[in-house]
Amino acid sequence: MNKIFAAAAGALTACVSVPALAQQKSVKIGFVSTFSGPSAVIGNDMRNSFDLALDHLGRKMGGLPVEIIYEDDQQKPEVGKQKTEKLIESDHVDFIAGYIWSNVLLASLKPAIDSKTIVVSANAGPSQIAGELCSPYFFSTSWQNDQTPAAVGLYMNQKGVRNAYLVGPNYAAGKDMLAGVKATFKGKIVGEDYTRWPDQLDFSAELSKVRAARPDAVFVFYPGAAGVQFLNQYAQAGLKNQIPLYTAFTIDETTLPRQGENALGIPGAQQWVNDLPNDANKKFVADYKAKYKSSPSFYGAQSYDAANLVNSAVVAVKGDVAKKVDMIKAMEKADFASIRGPYRYGNNHFPIQSFYLQDVVKGLDGIPVLKTVATIVKDDQDGFHDKCAMK
Amino acid sequence: MRDEVILLVEQCLNGLQFGLLLFLLAAGLTLVFGIMNLVNLAHGSFYMLGAYFAATFAPLTGSFVLGAALALAATLVVGMAVELIAIRKLYGRDHLDHVLGTFGLILFFNELVRLVWGPGGMNLPLPPYLGTSIEIFTDVHYPVYRIAIIAVALVVALLLYLAVMRTRVGMLIRAGASNREMVGALGINIQLLYTLVFGVGAALAGLAGLIQAPILTAQIGMGENILIVALVVIIIGGIGSIRGAFIAAIFVGLVDTVGRAFLPELFRLAMTPAAASALAPALSSMLIYVLMAVVLVLRPQGLFPVDGK
Repeated sequence: MNKIFAAAAGALTACVSVPALAQQKSVKIGFVSTFSGPSAVIGNDMRNSFDLALDHLGRKMGGLPVEIIYEDDQQKPEVGKQKTEKLIESDHVDFIAGYIWSNVLLASLKPAIDSKTIVVSANAGPSQIAGELCSPYFFSTSWQNDQTPAAVGLYMNQKGVRNAYLVGPNYAAGKDMLAGVKATFKGKIVGEDYTRWPDQLDFSAELSKVRAARPDAVFVFYPGAAGVQFLNQYAQAGLKNQIPLYTAFTIDETTLPRQGENALGIPGAQQWVNDLPNDANKKFVADYKAKYKSSPSFYGAQSYDAANLVNSAVVAVKGDVAKKVDMIKAMEKADFASIRGPYRYGNNHFPIQSFYLQDVVKGLDGIPVLKTVATIVKDDQDGFHDKCAMK
Repeated sequence: MRDEVILLVEQCLNGLQFGLLLFLLAAGLTLVFGIMNLVNLAHGSFYMLGAYFAATFAPLTGSFVLGAALALAATLVVGMAVELIAIRKLYGRDHLDHVLGTFGLILFFNELVRLVWGPGGMNLPLPPYLGTSIEIFTDVHYPVYRIAIIAVALVVALLLYLAVMRTRVGMLIRAGASNREMVGALGINIQLLYTLVFGVGAALAGLAGLIQAPILTAQIGMGENILIVALVVIIIGGIGSIRGAFIAAIFVGLVDTVGRAFLPELFRLAMTPAAASALAPALSSMLIYVLMAVVLVLRPQGLFPVDGK
């Protein structure tokens, strides 16, 4: 009998002590990304960069220690949603960051926003969230999907491309990307193919159609391992020397080691490239290379910024993370040293930022590297912000 | 008009190449299912291992062909070892146990590859004589490597046919597919036959994997998606039938590739471009399953059922 009372008393004490615990002894951050399968390379780069940012912050935000929980979405929307719910309901995180894939983010957004948990997307930027689904609890440290390909479209105009063939994967981001090029490219679209995602990796049928259409140029969006396979097959089909290729998110530091020569001379656009000359970026790139013996990618750069954006919010409320409205106000200022250079937030919490032309050139030791060539567009804002109800 | 015809020919070549690749996978799967009555979900793991072995051995030996041959031998050995160690315990048991056991093998091999080769995947660069394209029509180039795949797969299919139809082992295999108990009762060493067939099936899957490695690169879990298509092939072809697998594989390869290529254009004739580009990719990825459903309704045993079952 006594034992039961003791247990009951223990349970009650535990209940009573919950508010005391909530008196923040740490800042809890959940991080959802892909850590298994072919895309694990991307997730690892994001985790490495987020960890590096925490190292640089001394593992503290606003005087509180940071607790970080990484969750693997397996590149599946339904798994991403489950992991997001788990972070909210059983871990009671204060922030959730990460999200590579637009379809995963779209599935995960509602539970996060309903629970008023602040979400920082370190990559995915679906048009829906920039427009009608926008929320005060959502921030992006990347871009809206259409922006980067739109910059590529502008560059294609500069190069005098008269007609183009577009190929991309058939999911939320693929549709945004192709729409993005079409928004700015002034020439004619002679063909457009959406491939099964993520399991179609043989593009023979599409490449044959490209060849038959004889376009001036081809635009593709194939993130991660699919980008390695596409460039590989583009070269094998003999198209690399025939039809110039323009890309968005297809060549980056996670894929370039395996794309090698196939990627040489193929342009793309980015808001961040490893050689941007600001001090914060130099420190990030140097320390990343020293710690992980490889080069960071844009995925990592955006994750590094995500950690610093969260830090700016926690510092602004001096560690009292219950003050969500104040934190959101602080985050809207984007008051931290972003490694892409300073940027502002639009009403929909997507960055207004510049996009650079990146090229693949031979580095000093003959190994292909990414290089910033020019600024394509300055202070670019996405085209969906006026559909967002927030002012 | 000439352009359209050339494109159609090219797409048929693409479809044929994909179909023959599927045949290499499906042949082993259908033999193992037909003879041992074993559902082997881990067949895709041998496909993956073939790719990783080739990507490892080719740079070591400095020769693509030699690396491929070594990879083939290695998958054969691994296949036979898996049969001896794990699969043998499953024969007398329920199909659900097969599914559970071989699914466990998938997880095992995926983790093994992650430990040995790392999570990033591997490239298998083609030698210069295979990495180029040749002119099949005026101004129309086609990758040499894809033509080589078609040739190799056709030769393997022919060898397999001769082995099954013209040799003593082949006779036992056919007999095993028709009536396993009787073969055992006649004093044939059925255990040895099982190990051999499983090993050869694994090697065929490995061949498919190493053939795909230069195109798709070697990735963890690369066998799982293609295994589903291979299962569709053996269901359409009739379980246990090599001939059925061959015809069904080419059929599925053509339907998938040609459908993917021309469905959007076909839809654009009947509806707005926006609706067509939304609907066509979704439908073209379902085509082979629709095909399977139709075959199952019309001929539940598949197109070429093995007699005596």
